[in-house]
Amino acid sequence: MKTFKMGGVHPEENKISNDAAIEVMPVPEQMVVLMNQHLGAPATPVVQKGDKVKVGQLIGEAQAFMCANVHSPVSGTVVKVEPCKDAFGLAKPAVYIKVEGDEWMESIDRTPDIKRECTLEPKQIVDKLKEMGIVGLGGATFPAHIKYSVPEGKKAEYLIINAAECEPYLTSDYRVMMEHAEEVCIGVSILRKALGVPNAYIGIENNKPLAIAKMQEMARQFEGIIVEPLKVKYPQGAEKQLINAVTGRKVPSGKLPIDVGCVVSNLGTAFSVYEAIQKNKPLIENILTVTGKKLPSQHNYIVRIGTTYNDIIKHSLGELPATTGKIISGGTMMGKAVVNLDAPTVKGNSSVLVMDEAEARRNPETACIRCGKCMNACPMGLEPYLFSALVKNNRIEEAKEHNILDCIECGCCFFSCPANKPLTDEIRLGKNKVRAMMAAKK
Amino acid sequence: MNLLNISGSPHVHSDESTKKIMWRVNMALIPALLVAIAYFGINALLVSAIAVASCVLFQWLIEKYILKVPSTICDGSAVVTGLLLAFNVPATVSMMWIVIIGALVAIGVGKMSFGGLGKNPFNPALVGRVFLLISFPVQMTTWPVVDGIFPMNFDVTTGATPLGAFKEGALPEGVTFMDAFLGHIGGSLGEVSAIAILLGAAYLCWKKIITWHIPVTFIGTAFVFSGILWLVNPETYMDPVMTVLTGGIMLGACFMATDMVTSPMAKSGQLIFGFGCGLLTIIIRNWGAYPEGVSFAILLMNSVTPLINRWCKPQRFAC
Repeated sequence: MKTFKMGGVHPEENKISNDAAIEVMPVPEQMVVLMNQHLGAPATPVVQKGDKVKVGQLIGEAQAFMCANVHSPVSGTVVKVEPCKDAFGLAKPAVYIKVEGDEWMESIDRTPDIKRECTLEPKQIVDKLKEMGIVGLGGATFPAHIKYSVPEGKKAEYLIINAAECEPYLTSDYRVMMEHAEEVCIGVSILRKALGVPNAYIGIENNKPLAIAKMQEMARQFEGIIVEPLKVKYPQGAEKQLINAVTGRKVPSGKLPIDVGCVVSNLGTAFSVYEAIQKNKPLIENILTVTGKKLPSQHNYIVRIGTTYNDIIKHSLGELPATTGKIISGGTMMGKAVVNLDAPTVKGNSSVLVMDEAEARRNPETACIRCGKCMNACPMGLEPYLFSALVKNNRIEEAKEHNILDCIECGCCFFSCPANKPLTDEIRLGKNKVRAMMAAKK
Repeated sequence: MNLLNISGSPHVHSDESTKKIMWRVNMALIPALLVAIAYFGINALLVSAIAVASCVLFQWLIEKYILKVPSTICDGSAVVTGLLLAFNVPATVSMMWIVIIGALVAIGVGKMSFGGLGKNPFNPALVGRVFLLISFPVQMTTWPVVDGIFPMNFDVTTGATPLGAFKEGALPEGVTFMDAFLGHIGGSLGEVSAIAILLGAAYLCWKKIITWHIPVTFIGTAFVFSGILWLVNPETYMDPVMTVLTGGIMLGACFMATDMVTSPMAKSGQLIFGFGCGLLTIIIRNWGAYPEGVSFAILLMNSVTPLINRWCKPQRFAC
């Protein structure tokens, strides 16, 4: 069984929403569509107050290099264009739309037929990814058209599809594999064609035997798709770790996957690529897991991007349990605690995870006993305990020398610390201080 | 509705804690304690109980009245120090008051003066032990002779340990490898039985509290080094099997050199640490003034641990 070689932990998997088939979440009455739902600069709004929009119509245009188009997830009238606070409390430019009916752009193919043939050339595929506003759905929301434009002098050798879903609780990728295996394989084939690589590898952790079987069976009908079962170990789905597990290669410090000939995309991205290229459907919907140990029911939804957390909670749960302690967007290891439930969902959201009060509480911090568990757990071979001390004493230069910027913030150090030291928090602070120091030097 | 909690990721924890680790170490010391009680009788039990009680009491007093911080006696670390201190002294009646002084030095000087658990550069129990060895040389080297199982009498005959006897000339008559392995030899309270110590060490390995690196390199280095000396001159030097089975090598390698706080963090550093401990032990045993050198060897290596931590970094990803 393939796996990455260094560090890692095994948190409780809690895939309790595994068997909940994907349901369609109804469209709410008002939508807020943020203009930066991706890594990079915000898109520029191309609609004004009073404009009528249809589902799939371009409302934010990518004008900067690192940027992605944003499309309307609903039909209706633009109410206003002004900043809105996102789920973590940061104000971002947004378009507010009052929903009227559900009228889609004529160009979008809404039939259930599955279309396998793709006659587009690699360049055309990349252009269409840009047009459709496709971004990576693994969490970083990196614009896909940039990732699939391999720079001069670099050569892609491997396409790796991340279906590890190593985060506890999350099941959206699993449901997509179970329900849309064929579309996913078509999407992977299109991405393989765009890159011009011989093989695409779909890495799946082996706690999902049904999905592995299903994907293996489907992959046989396609050329150059290899399903790679992976050991259950967190963070198997982290980019550098996944490349290491599948190819044995290691992305050096400060380099990108393409520097070792690899391109990694999330499984959800492959599905949205299928919809964009074959069905002309822009990225306007997310597959979201709504889960929590204490919830009466577990769900996987297809949600229009821009539906607020409150709308999702109201529809799926009625109201939050009285003992709710924390709501997380993403999994328990790398997900972010939601600050603002009135905020809309954005591209790349994968879950609404409701944690109970008892679960949400951190244990009190005690003294570091230098056990080295943080070091042994670190998948990047770093020394979290040392960063903690250096950052607290503001010794930022030394933290940089000890490769603090290599930290992928997977959380293994804090997870395994017997003293409950918030190591990941301290390292995040340290990374920001290092970046500030480097910016000041320039 | 309640206010929601906000924090950085991760939002779950392994539920591992310092307290759990320390109590597991105490668990791992129980086999050796039982063997000690079996061979040295009620004295062993009393010395251990007094050592543990005084370590806990001193920690509580220092935290409450001198440092004025919340008490941490429940985390079990003072109990570990107490047990290890007791394991390093002879099980005799006079130890029942001397060990209280040892506990004060171990906890007060060895641990709390540096700021408490996690901040001490030296293993507290060994600090206490070495203090007692220098201050009470007669009492600390008056060894009870093992005489049957569970002697109930307080007054026991005394004799030399195998190491002490060897330093004077030759091993006592009739001491076999099996005696040394099971613990039927003279020595400090908790160090006599190799099998009981290895049992505890196996438990700690299984619970991932220690790894093989320090014990194996420590014992391995001592074995190889003493083996070379023995091959050169078997008249002057003890044979390597007896060397590692007698004295404190087993206890030191498994329980004291592996102390998380005072040993290096990286695996490569732990190998250097174990090697240094083994080397120094044999050097002190053969050419030093004392018949036993484990405590000094570990304390000396403790002192270079910060340097080892500086040199020995973990293998970075892609470097």
